[in-house]
Amino acid sequence: MSKPAEYDTLDRQIINTLQGGFPIVDKPYAQVASWLNISSEELIERLDNLLESGALTRFGPLFNSQRMGGEVTLAALCVPSERYDEVTEIVNSYYQVAHNYQREHAFNMWFVITTETPGEIKKVIRAIENETGLKVYDCPKEKEYFIGLRLQA
Amino acid sequence: MKTTKKNNEGIDEIDRRIIFATQKGLPLVERPFDAIGKQIGISANEIKYRLEVMLENGIIRRIGAVPNHYHLGYVANGMSVWDIDDETVDEFGEIIGTLDYVSHCYKRPRHFPAWPYNLFAMIHAKTRAEVEEKASAIATILGDVCSTYEILYSTRILKKTGLRLCSPQKK
Repeated sequence: MSKPAEYDTLDRQIINTLQGGFPIVDKPYAQVASWLNISSEELIERLDNLLESGALTRFGPLFNSQRMGGEVTLAALCVPSERYDEVTEIVNSYYQVAHNYQREHAFNMWFVITTETPGEIKKVIRAIENETGLKVYDCPKEKEYFIGLRLQA
Repeated sequence: MKTTKKNNEGIDEIDRRIIFATQKGLPLVERPFDAIGKQIGISANEIKYRLEVMLENGIIRRIGAVPNHYHLGYVANGMSVWDIDDETVDEFGEIIGTLDYVSHCYKRPRHFPAWPYNLFAMIHAKTRAEVEEKASAIATILGDVCSTYEILYSTRILKKTGLRLCSPQKK
């Protein structure tokens, strides 16, 4: 895994500030920039660089697909090491797979499936099982306990 | 467009178009809502209003930046998984969820025999030693109600995107 990159204080301030509520006004970047005492051009350029370098995976609205009538689940696969790349490609090819992580364990691939309509999760799981020949362990959340922490950059 | 049916809690076709236009991110321009409006052919005011409504009813969790943990030095992202008595899992889930080093805490189904765990708690820290320290603090809190736990470290992000709707034209 690559080492964490270096960010200066302003980058960190930008990341921390933008984890909260982004103003829904005509010139939102100008407003955020004024909180940070910089120009909107500089904020936009920094944001662009943070996205480009991968420090931010995205910037924008975070949608809750369940509220739209869709479903979400966490699923796992036990992938033989020699097939890891091939299986990764198959799993990632589904647009319903939003996140996918490699983890050190016999259960070594963990991915989140989000769908727009109920019932679609089962179809995606079945399709992945058919395509990979592996059993997908479906672990939907049965209960969510309080979520706290926001990471400090 | 084949259907105009309401998608349960009321996202309509215009909402769908807004979601589709912003799911990869907000435009990095001085007036991003004007830009989205121009793209889908409605006014910036309408975009702003609809975003506010979607924020209010929880369709949008928040508008903001999603940091990459690894780049921020939180390289020891550990998914701790616990086998806890079914009768007490809720009680302890609530407690574990409030710990400041736990970012997500969920109850999930077991898959016997390979997967006996029913509680997932995501621990973020800068080193694995730190993650393990925190996990053993949780184990102490749980005491006898937990028979076994493991920590699964992530070693690679294979994919990370926001929600993906398929194109409204395909519906």
